[in-house]
Amino acid sequence: MTPDDLSLICRIVRARAGYVVDQAKAAMIENRLGSLVRREGFSSLSDLVGAIKTKRDERLVWALADAMLPKDTAFFRDRTPFSQFRDVILPDLEQRLGTQPLRIWSAGCGAGEEAYSLALTIDEARAGRAVEIVGSDLSERCLERAAAGIFSQMEVQKGLPIRYLVRHFERQDEAWHLSASIRQKVQWSRVNLISEISTVGQFDVIFCRYVLGGLDDLMRKQVLSQLAGALNDNGYLIVGRDEAVLDQAVGLSPVWGSSDIYRREPALRIVA
Amino acid sequence: MSWISPEQGPSRGCVVKTCLVVDDSVAVRKVARMILENLGFHVTEASDGEEAIAWCRASMPDAILLDWNMPLMSGIVFLRQLRAEPLGEGPKVLFCTVENDLSHINEALKAGADEYIMKPFDGDVICDKFAEVGLL
Repeated sequence: MTPDDLSLICRIVRARAGYVVDQAKAAMIENRLGSLVRREGFSSLSDLVGAIKTKRDERLVWALADAMLPKDTAFFRDRTPFSQFRDVILPDLEQRLGTQPLRIWSAGCGAGEEAYSLALTIDEARAGRAVEIVGSDLSERCLERAAAGIFSQMEVQKGLPIRYLVRHFERQDEAWHLSASIRQKVQWSRVNLISEISTVGQFDVIFCRYVLGGLDDLMRKQVLSQLAGALNDNGYLIVGRDEAVLDQAVGLSPVWGSSDIYRREPALRIVA
Repeated sequence: MSWISPEQGPSRGCVVKTCLVVDDSVAVRKVARMILENLGFHVTEASDGEEAIAWCRASMPDAILLDWNMPLMSGIVFLRQLRAEPLGEGPKVLFCTVENDLSHINEALKAGADEYIMKPFDGDVICDKFAEVGLL
């Protein structure tokens, strides 16, 4: 790989997904793109980059950006945000919402573990009201996986309590299949958070975890502003641990005692 | 409205928790011991259910990581016997076995298991499952 090739890859990922990749991490870049190179039938990463340069194939450019994004995720990742969602956020919204449906967005949903964790939590809470959950990702491949709801044995052991596994999954060969009743609770949509996001609508709760940390400062501010705009008044934004986004300008206030849960303050509403 | 979850409470300063690892494989016990000691547990070992019962009668641990298939006494027989012992409801019991079908998992939960790990496992799985039962 030449420095020029590495630079092109980094520029593509930044332009298409807003995601910052350190050009010096050549081994990491080659590792993440290895399966794309094989899948597309190239003999090396240099050949793939060469094809992008000469053909300017949009599909291949997006596939490269997709493959470079981190994919690590887990059911009930970090646990606490989900117990706070169940114990504090849901009861609070129950009081406020009247008869409207509760709308929840898992932004940057990967293979769907986060959206399904929320669906499982709501199913167990047996809230009487209608709930709409949207899982979105930039990656079509992730969305296909998420919609299928099929997970490896290792994946269902990371964060997923065993009671959920026995209630809602069936084992077929070595994979675990999530029940249709939970899968049907989530709608999937391809959304690029650094582009126009208004098409997904307004939400009462947005989980956007371990997405913002990878963006450059300008892009992070822009995405936050868009997410704040997609929240209903008093709606909640939950970010990843150590992704603190305190920024009064976008109309979000940290909820007391938490560094990863923010609330949309009506008094701070910005004019879009 | 409290946002402080008990899950966030640090365990520093508390008495060191004990975990009994019950498995007939020396290699599995060794790996499990390494992972659990890194998580701050004091670890003891038993190679089958009978030996594990003897350990529990001498000193009831906070947690038991339990294999299913073992000579002399299997994990499921041990668990039923443990839960009938005085103070036997105390330990959190986490199965750790190659048995990965729902009938085995349901049988374990019915007998009083708190969590269930399917081999092969790694440090993250052990950590997640011990957190799930409230020991981390």
